[in-house]
Amino acid sequence: MAHSVRRDAPELPDFSLLKRLARDQLIYLLEQLPGKKDLFIEADLMSPLDRIANVTTLKEHEVDKLYKVEHKSIVSTSDQLCFLIRPRIQTVKWICDVVNADKAVGKFRRYKVIFCPQKFYACETLLEEQGIIGDVTTDEWSFYLLPLDDDIISLELPEFFRDNFLEGDQRWVRTAGSALHLLHSLYGPFSKVYGIGRCSKMAYESWREQVKEGEQRVRQADIGNVFLIDRDVDLVTPLCSQVVYEGLVDDIFRIKCGCVEFGPDVTSSDKSMKVMLNSQDKVFNEIRNEHFSQVFGFLSQKARNLQTAYDKRSGMDIKQMKTFVSEELKGLKKEHRLLSLHIGASESMMKKKTKQDFQEMLKTEHSLLEGFEIRECISFIEEHINRQVILFSGLLPKDYRSLKAQYLQSYGVDHLLTFSNLKQLGLLVEQQPGETLTVMESRVGKLVNDKTAGKLTDAFSSLAKKSNFRALSRRLNLVPKSDEEYDLRVPRDMAYIFSGAYIPLSCKLIEQVLERDGWTGLEEVTRMINGHEFAVTAGSNGSDPRGRSDAQRIILVMFLGGCTYSEISALRFLGKEKGYKFVVVTTAITNSARVLESMLDNHA
Amino acid sequence: MIRGKPDDDEYWNSSKFKAFTFDDEDDDFTRLKESKRAVNSILVEDEDEEDEVEKVNWSGEPVGSISWSVKETASNIRSTGEVRDLSFPKIDTAPSLPKNSSGYSLSSLFKGKAKTGSLQSFSESFSEQSLRNYAPELRKPKSEYKDYISDWTPEETVKRMQQGKAYSLEKFHFLQDKLLLLDEAVNAHDGNVITAVLIFLKKSLSKEILFRELIAREIALRHYIHYLKEMGEHKHLVELFKSLGRTEDMALMQYRDHLNIKDENRRRDFLKNCLSLPFSQEDATHVLDHYTLLERQIIIEANDKHVESSSQADIFKKYPRKASILNMPIITTLYYSCFYHYGESEGTYSSPANIRKTFRISDKQFLLTCLGARAKLKAWFDVDALFTTKNWLGYTKKRSPIGFHRIVDILHKNNAPVQVLQEYVNLVEDTEQKISLAQKYKCHDVIINTYRDLKDRQLLIGYREKVERSSPEYRKIEELLCNSQIRWKN
Repeated sequence: MAHSVRRDAPELPDFSLLKRLARDQLIYLLEQLPGKKDLFIEADLMSPLDRIANVTTLKEHEVDKLYKVEHKSIVSTSDQLCFLIRPRIQTVKWICDVVNADKAVGKFRRYKVIFCPQKFYACETLLEEQGIIGDVTTDEWSFYLLPLDDDIISLELPEFFRDNFLEGDQRWVRTAGSALHLLHSLYGPFSKVYGIGRCSKMAYESWREQVKEGEQRVRQADIGNVFLIDRDVDLVTPLCSQVVYEGLVDDIFRIKCGCVEFGPDVTSSDKSMKVMLNSQDKVFNEIRNEHFSQVFGFLSQKARNLQTAYDKRSGMDIKQMKTFVSEELKGLKKEHRLLSLHIGASESMMKKKTKQDFQEMLKTEHSLLEGFEIRECISFIEEHINRQVILFSGLLPKDYRSLKAQYLQSYGVDHLLTFSNLKQLGLLVEQQPGETLTVMESRVGKLVNDKTAGKLTDAFSSLAKKSNFRALSRRLNLVPKSDEEYDLRVPRDMAYIFSGAYIPLSCKLIEQVLERDGWTGLEEVTRMINGHEFAVTAGSNGSDPRGRSDAQRIILVMFLGGCTYSEISALRFLGKEKGYKFVVVTTAITNSARVLESMLDNHA
Repeated sequence: MIRGKPDDDEYWNSSKFKAFTFDDEDDDFTRLKESKRAVNSILVEDEDEEDEVEKVNWSGEPVGSISWSVKETASNIRSTGEVRDLSFPKIDTAPSLPKNSSGYSLSSLFKGKAKTGSLQSFSESFSEQSLRNYAPELRKPKSEYKDYISDWTPEETVKRMQQGKAYSLEKFHFLQDKLLLLDEAVNAHDGNVITAVLIFLKKSLSKEILFRELIAREIALRHYIHYLKEMGEHKHLVELFKSLGRTEDMALMQYRDHLNIKDENRRRDFLKNCLSLPFSQEDATHVLDHYTLLERQIIIEANDKHVESSSQADIFKKYPRKASILNMPIITTLYYSCFYHYGESEGTYSSPANIRKTFRISDKQFLLTCLGARAKLKAWFDVDALFTTKNWLGYTKKRSPIGFHRIVDILHKNNAPVQVLQEYVNLVEDTEQKISLAQKYKCHDVIINTYRDLKDRQLLIGYREKVERSSPEYRKIEELLCNSQIRWKN
């Protein structure tokens, strides 16, 4: 089922080194606070920490008890407390409370705050204002990059998206630059950097400054080219419902740090199970990039093969049986287990999607993408809001207002704040009167809203930024002609990840720029996207041309603000077609629900 | 990728791992001692990681809440050996890494130049490489305190701040200098430094002056707003919005505070005060709705609580309320009212009609909500009444603002009996859709009648095979097929 791979595709560099680095630095930091200590860990740092160290590692460095940061008063009896946190004001405030509460009762302890991946002045100022600098020492754990798979590296900073694009806070720009710098030092030197978007440009600048400050070592490059892209260049793609296996699993079960928790309905037992999803899982590796409709066939074929392999046992003599058990059985069992898991997951996803009018939702999305039958789409979305299943949209003022009003009626007026955010981000756009109805982005995903305590699906359509989406789509051929059948078994372009209905804008841009070796000929496109594009070549440093040519075909794509599994699948497909290997670096893995959740503002 | 399982030396030579230098040599010696201790303290375990995991002796109490709690690990190890590496992934399963990798602490690497003891092999391999500092600086060189009182320009100051070096903002007394500093920070694109400078300006400038200067500095302004939001300094923020003339933002900001009020009566009063805020016209309507809604919910809640506890109404006994209606959205409130207060006159706050009118609920939305509630109660008569309209001649007809196929879906989800379902399936206009719905929900009569109306004998014969022999459906088909008055088209 794997697509034919061009034989000359280069090998990916080994990124496990990044894990070692992070772990070793953590150990170093823990050693800076000798003696027994209790460790408080920020909730969303736990999974990343899991990937690089384990409890044993921590225990070896005199960590006694582990707690999750819960913003409540603490019960520790240790006289040394270590906090491993993100540089967030809320968390630092809580630490201040903890320290001051101790002081109030005359309890003496030593405190150490380790900020990951870096400190912010605002946090330190807070410690100072609370009069606890001295009681508290601070440090930085420069754990920028977590390899989630052979070709995916994540900064695990979901807040990057909101901070940067909604709040306009550039606090993570240097972080992105530093991450790039680290990759450059270990796997560079890069010879070409392309990019688009304001944040990309700033991150590039920050990286360049950092390179200038340090000394450049001469080594042979593993990664030759870099492509930086801002998430807000293409907000359409992450809002689309995913239909490629890995993306669908993420939409439905939420993959966290490369790991998913399958509930009893999938495991067909009474227990949930946490499963790592990466290329080590042979079954998963073969279906992750496939359109969901192809997965069932593949899995059943696989099941038949497995049966045949098991069946070999009958008619074996003792010796053969012994070899079979020692050599094959373990592998077969493992495969068996994985297979039944993925079959279970597929079934469960099928069930959920049938319940939700998934087909109609997809149809609506695709129509919105193509830009016709707008009227029907609006009424579909409307019906969903009415049934408390969904919505948002940006359209003619009349439609916009009515949808907004209906949404607020269904989900609570406090979502006014959410609407204000969406508008600010440009996700929700009301057309200026007089403009014609072109359009638009769409999306339908799910939102789990605590208040209604149910799964709410969320249809979302927005007038593409400045109504340019239609024009862009035509220019770049994002929506293939719909008059011919699209054979999902033999994908002919990246559109397969959305059932042949749409080529993700982000990936199309990457393809075009690599093909043209720059932005020449794409002037109109970049103008519509609102620019900030660049293409820079490093000064020549004569290294081995053969090695160079390999490195030139390894392309690091950095998504600032997150990317989806579908986009990764699309890039893998593109890589196979063109003989590239893509390494995706992202501030976080995202999807429609996460994008929307980051905009929610109806909680205290 | 490094494949296979090279021994340590090979690994180090072939890896990208390169040594680094330190600019300040002064405390190399202390560091060496430190690192030696560090290395010694962790080299104790040399065995396979497989064993390590089982050796963990963990005092469990707080751990239960942690994703990688050892308890979970331990139980997994005991029950299914194979599952363990999934639920509690072992780190560095890649064979390319030395087994006892955790033995080399970062501090030992940082002491790359050390020439003694257990670090010998490292230092050798390091010294052969060009030395390079690629790892993030862990400690600031102590040498930096020397020029504390400095003459750094704004540019240099910002640079030092970015690099985490010592700096001083005290000397920026003149407004002009302060602003230069801010602009320099903005030019450096480092949000962290921009915010740091803003905190300094906040402390050293009056609000009026600071706000005035921020108006012309959009990027700095946004950082300032975000900082105030995160610090929870809402009053300050409101003043800022006011001075910027961003009244709608100010209104929303103030409105947001209602989320922090738990007591419903205080929340209602707060919302009442919000009504006078300068919202956009559209939002003002929504905020008014919010206030009105909560006001009524408080009344309804008090009343229903009383009725429920004194067992005055059957409906509450039969379907006890699962949660209070307070702070629920409008539609949920409507649903609630259709559920518990159906048929009340429009004069009461809790009646569906009153809610519909007060909040200008559209026909479609009203119908769907009502339908859901009545179907849940299996009040099929009410459902029927929802769609029935009389024309001036007194004939009744069924109408719906939404397609009947949708209605059928909703009824089915609420376990409507086939008799009810088929009535609505029959109302679906599109024949194909009607058939497919009828098949989905096993409304045999609808299918049989439709085929009859189509005069399609073949389809009818085909369908006969699908129903049970001697069932009423079967008999009905038989009768039709024998009926000589029908002119079959095939």
